[in-house]
Amino acid sequence: MTHTESVSARLPLTSDLDLVRARQHVRQMTAELGFSLVEQTKLVTAASELARNALVHGGGGRMECAEVTDGGVRGLRLVFSDDGPGIADLDQALSDGYTSGEGLGMGLPGARRLVHEFSVDSARGRGTTVTVTSWVARPPRPREGS
Amino acid sequence: MTGEAAPPPDGYVPVLRLGGILLVTLQGDLYDSTAERLRQDIGRTVSDDAVTGVVIDLSGVEIVDSFMGRVLSDIAAMTRLLAAQTVVAGMRPAVAITLVELGLTLPGLRTALSTEEAMNLLGAEVANLPRTAGARRERP
Ligand SMILES: Nc1ncnc2c1ncn2[C@@H]1O[C@H](COP(=O)(O)OP(=O)(O)OP(=O)(O)O)[C@@H](O)[C@H]1O
Ligand SMILES: [Mg+2]
Repeated sequence: MTHTESVSARLPLTSDLDLVRARQHVRQMTAELGFSLVEQTKLVTAASELARNALVHGGGGRMECAEVTDGGVRGLRLVFSDDGPGIADLDQALSDGYTSGEGLGMGLPGARRLVHEFSVDSARGRGTTVTVTSWVARPPRPREGS
Repeated sequence: MTGEAAPPPDGYVPVLRLGGILLVTLQGDLYDSTAERLRQDIGRTVSDDAVTGVVIDLSGVEIVDSFMGRVLSDIAAMTRLLAAQTVVAGMRPAVAITLVELGLTLPGLRTALSTEEAMNLLGAEVANLPRTAGARRERP
């Protein structure tokens, strides 16, 4: 399946402030793309989880955003990457409630549920890259001319 | 649409004291450090003063992630230990839907549709508590 990409942005994830900026950037892009309010909120929340993981567990990283299209449907792809310790056991990390720190262990599995496509590339000592994509739903038939 | 003001660098969360109830109004996008500090501030205030309830107004909050969820749960657990109640008020529907999908159940957190409802909820319960000797409550 061919996706075309455009309008890329790359944001650092190295501080508290960067998390706020990343959320605001995703909010703005999803709004511009025409995501519903609920879908916007889901993607911003997923981005917040993944950005914080890159910061807290990965020792800092970056978020890349790209508009994608597939057969006329538009979407947003977010790539979170870091050069941290990586994830040794992916299945464990993706299960609800597992945390190696003092979190709730809901960030990674929760983010997976909040987006349409989700993939993790990681191994011990190799850093972590999480890629998520959500698509703009076909809007419901408008009720009256607007 | 008016430009959204960037949060001040050190964060600012208005906390209002109304009788025995703390009304905390969260707005916009909170820094993790601000949320952390809020948890400490509320803990201190509830233990220092005779606070019986905490109302957290979330109507101005656009997302609650697992970090913020944990802060809210912690505040509820802490206030419970100090014999007070926490009610979260005015959560936006999109936020609530997202929280469910994220898998956050927010144990121990009670919710109300509005701050008014939350205050009533706490007021009613406070009124039903056996009063300690000397404590008096004027009825309007
Ligand atoms: N970028 C990363 N680099 C290294 N390890 C990671 C990364 N992301 C997640 N992990 C590992 O996966 C675990 C689960 O992540 P998840 O986000 O679900 O929970 P958490 O971050 O511990 O808590 P929270 O519920 O607050 O997000 C983490 O505890 C950590 O061990
Ligand atoms: Mg996490």
